[in-house]
Amino acid sequence: MIYLDSAATALWRPPQVVQAAAEAMCALGSASRGVHGGSLAANRTVYAAREKLAAFFGCPRPDHVIFTCNATEALNIAISGLFRPGDHVISTDLEHNSVLRPLYRLEREGGVPVDFVPADRLGRLDYGAFARLLRPETRAIVCTHASNLTGELVDIPRIGQFARDRGLLLVVDAAQTAGVFPLHMEKMGIDVLCFTGHKGLMGPQGTGGLCVRPGVEIRPWKVGGTGIQTYSPTQPEAYPTRLEAGTLNGHGIAGLSAALDFLAEKGIDSIRTRERALMERFYLGVRDLPEVEIYGDFSRERAAIVSLNLGEEDAGAVADALYQDYGIAVRAGGHCAPRMHRALGTGERGAVRFSFSWVNTPEEVDAAIRALEELSR
Amino acid sequence: MRAKKTRLIAVFHTTAAAMAMERACARLGAPGRLIPAPRSITAGCGMCWAAPPEDGEAVRDAARQAGVEVAGWHVAEI
Repeated sequence: MIYLDSAATALWRPPQVVQAAAEAMCALGSASRGVHGGSLAANRTVYAAREKLAAFFGCPRPDHVIFTCNATEALNIAISGLFRPGDHVISTDLEHNSVLRPLYRLEREGGVPVDFVPADRLGRLDYGAFARLLRPETRAIVCTHASNLTGELVDIPRIGQFARDRGLLLVVDAAQTAGVFPLHMEKMGIDVLCFTGHKGLMGPQGTGGLCVRPGVEIRPWKVGGTGIQTYSPTQPEAYPTRLEAGTLNGHGIAGLSAALDFLAEKGIDSIRTRERALMERFYLGVRDLPEVEIYGDFSRERAAIVSLNLGEEDAGAVADALYQDYGIAVRAGGHCAPRMHRALGTGERGAVRFSFSWVNTPEEVDAAIRALEELSR
Repeated sequence: MRAKKTRLIAVFHTTAAAMAMERACARLGAPGRLIPAPRSITAGCGMCWAAPPEDGEAVRDAARQAGVEVAGWHVAEI
């Protein structure tokens, strides 16, 4: 199989990630539950991962790194815990349903209206709209770092400065960029950074989290067992426990911690450079094929994603042909990004998404180009 | 049961703080270890840092230097 679906999840993982997760399954107790060797081993593993993630994302404090099972859970925690009735939120057309649905629910049930910065036909944000959408009651901007549909990269430092100048919170969905693009909360003006562990970070599925700037108060989305303050009827106030009810995924976190070691050694710059080269090779190879319509702006820095359609063919049929006849795994459909599809004019039909990892080879990319060439005849 | 000893106890609001304490003491050579927090003095986190009282200065220094949030200091027979 030629795997070109890394925007969904990484398929290849460093062997040390697999080993660390496997060893953890044989050795770790439950973190924050007891003080015996197994529990302490879990605590040490989890805390070391917090330290690494804090350093990796420029989060000032390791105890403000909160573990969740994915970016969606992290975004739900942030969006449901930050706002009160009467607040107003600005988001964008680029968002994934992991942002949109919590925001829609907040608007519907929580009395928090949301406005969206529009994207144009190339999926580019109208940055001027942030100022136009601003209201006296605007409390935050919630936006992705990169579109999971087109790879369009959002200028987070620019939005961070805008937010800082106006006293707004900035919540960033880094699901598509963590582990590939540099992210630094303090330097980029990010107040809450939500990430998943299983994509660019190359950790296990079931890992993710949010990094919270000290001073930002998020009400708990879930409450329950924490291993501390047992007799208190309410969830403990202090981070990270405030947002971490229930047993942590210590096994997954051990794998994620090993993945961070791998990334530190490998360097994300070399990963990004290689992914970009593979994406450009593919883009240049298919852009002039008859019937191929590609979505997005390829003139600037972007995530390694190319979404397209082939004439009037159903996107699902194209993806199926690619896998059945050529062994090429891609994703077709709406990609959980309804507003972006409407901006691109693909609201009804979706698109076929090719997403590249640094472990792909030029030969695999060429095979995908040849396959599309044949399918487009 | 074991014979009781006098111990300096540092308690924490969260397990993360307890782990930060362990890390700090290891790095700075301060003695002690994590133990289950005694019921009589628990301040939240189920574990605490226990050290000989005569090493109190080194332990407190380690916490201070590392910026560990200690919820309370106690001396107890445990």
